[in-house]
Amino acid sequence: MAASTFRRRGKVQPWLIFRETLYYLALIVFGIIMVLPFAWSLSTSFKPDTQIFTSPIQWIPTSFTFDHYKAAFNTVPFARYFLNSFIIAIAGVATNLLFGSLAGFSFALLRFPGRQILFRTLLASMMIPGVVTLIPTYIILRSFPLFGGNNILGQGGIGLLNNFLALILPGAAGAFAVFMMRQFFLTLPSELGEAARIDGASEFRIFWQVYLPLCKPALATLAIFTFQAGWNAFLFPLIVLNNPDLSTVQMGLAAFSYNYETDYGPLMAASVVSTLPTILLYIYAQRYFTQGIAFTGSK
Amino acid sequence: MILFLVFVVLPAVSALFLSFTKYDILTPAQWVGFDNYRRMLHDSIFQRSIRNILLYCAMYVPAMIGFSLLLAAALNRKRPGMTFFRAVYYLPVVTSPVASATVWTWMLNKDFGAVNQLLGYIGIQGPPWLSSSDTALYSIVLVTLWGGLGGNMVIYLAGLQGVPGEVVEAAKLDGAGPLQVFRDVTWPMLRTTTLFVVTVTLIGSFQLFDQAYVMTQGGPGYATYTPVYSIYQSGFARLQMGYASSQAFVLFIVILAVTIIQLRINREYVTV
Repeated sequence: MAASTFRRRGKVQPWLIFRETLYYLALIVFGIIMVLPFAWSLSTSFKPDTQIFTSPIQWIPTSFTFDHYKAAFNTVPFARYFLNSFIIAIAGVATNLLFGSLAGFSFALLRFPGRQILFRTLLASMMIPGVVTLIPTYIILRSFPLFGGNNILGQGGIGLLNNFLALILPGAAGAFAVFMMRQFFLTLPSELGEAARIDGASEFRIFWQVYLPLCKPALATLAIFTFQAGWNAFLFPLIVLNNPDLSTVQMGLAAFSYNYETDYGPLMAASVVSTLPTILLYIYAQRYFTQGIAFTGSK
Repeated sequence: MILFLVFVVLPAVSALFLSFTKYDILTPAQWVGFDNYRRMLHDSIFQRSIRNILLYCAMYVPAMIGFSLLLAAALNRKRPGMTFFRAVYYLPVVTSPVASATVWTWMLNKDFGAVNQLLGYIGIQGPPWLSSSDTALYSIVLVTLWGGLGGNMVIYLAGLQGVPGEVVEAAKLDGAGPLQVFRDVTWPMLRTTTLFVVTVTLIGSFQLFDQAYVMTQGGPGYATYTPVYSIYQSGFARLQMGYASSQAFVLFIVILAVTIIQLRINREYVTV
């Protein structure tokens, strides 16, 4: 197949070979630029201090060391941050899958009064810049009744601040999750549900046993997206959590890079470790990443 | 359209209300009228942040559209290895902004960073990047482009796959060159995709924070201070929720205005 592109009327065309070579060369050079920071941080993280500040660059260190990784985990409680980030990200995935598919199912396949207007509200809410709702959300969380020393009117304590629920609740039924699941449910035939309805199944059972099993690819994509967003979130956790024990990986890394500005070895080790979960997930489930993002653009 | 306006404006109302108050969280909010807005008129640092972000968007958004479309067009061919390159170009998108900002800070180190050392090999004396107020904002444009290109590339790829091959073939048969095909066939057919990409990119880039916080702390000398940074400082470092809300509201108006102008331009383009 590749050979045929170089040949026209049975003869190899030098111009075409040149053009194709140039084309691949450009792709490779650009690829190297995109991968450079990964290579650079990996390389630095395994180098002894004496080899970090050298010119010319030593891409492959002459002696490997794990000291920077040990230093990163010893100077700040990264293991603790990892656990925190995992709890928050996984909870985000679980709630978004549940509420997103429930609401998406309702919008796509059930008829109820106000459906149109509710859905438009949802769409519009996706267009609102997050910074506008940042402060109101913070105040709502702070005055959440009966939590964090608050009374029933939401006064006296700190509410949900310094509580993982502050990160989980506001995004539990994300507009994106609902929208994406609705679009997916729309592609499924409504006859399936009607048949089950005639057989006397409840709406919830139709959702749970008939439609949901068909949604596995969409659910996988949504799970990956939500995990990535939860794991990488920075500004909102920074605002609602200020107990160091509750810090997320991103907060820990930012503080680390603020306090140890020139300790590039441990800093790169920490960066490598904190991107590892999403990178591994990406390598393992690459298909779902690109499918999902392409889907958002083609609404 | 009315529905849209109502529901875009509505959630901003509570932020709007707060913006007319003095509120430090600990004591009840006090109505202060336009005091916060009057204060903004004299707040040269906040004004600087707005100028910074407008300059940033003016560089970032067109570059993003151009490069992501170029990459998508390059990979939208039936050649071996396309999936591999797509996967590589997408890789930065999954890394966290904080981690990539940390790595880029070291990449852009003036003396020992990879970028300046590599530039040195080809005889270019690299600039001090993040430590100079002349280049810090450009550096952030580069870093965020690196981090965001892959996502929009994939969206454009999906858009390009929706362009029917027969139309392109027909144009070629009529004697159109590659540039003409792109200008008169492909680009108009990607209209909705472009509209989506521009809108989402604009809204996101106006809220630049993570990279500015990690790489430069808004400096040097407020050169990379962004509105969200300013809101964060006022609201959460100094507990001036009212003043922070008024800044958020101004930023919201700026975003809304730019988005509407952008939609207008696109619509005119459609009718031509």
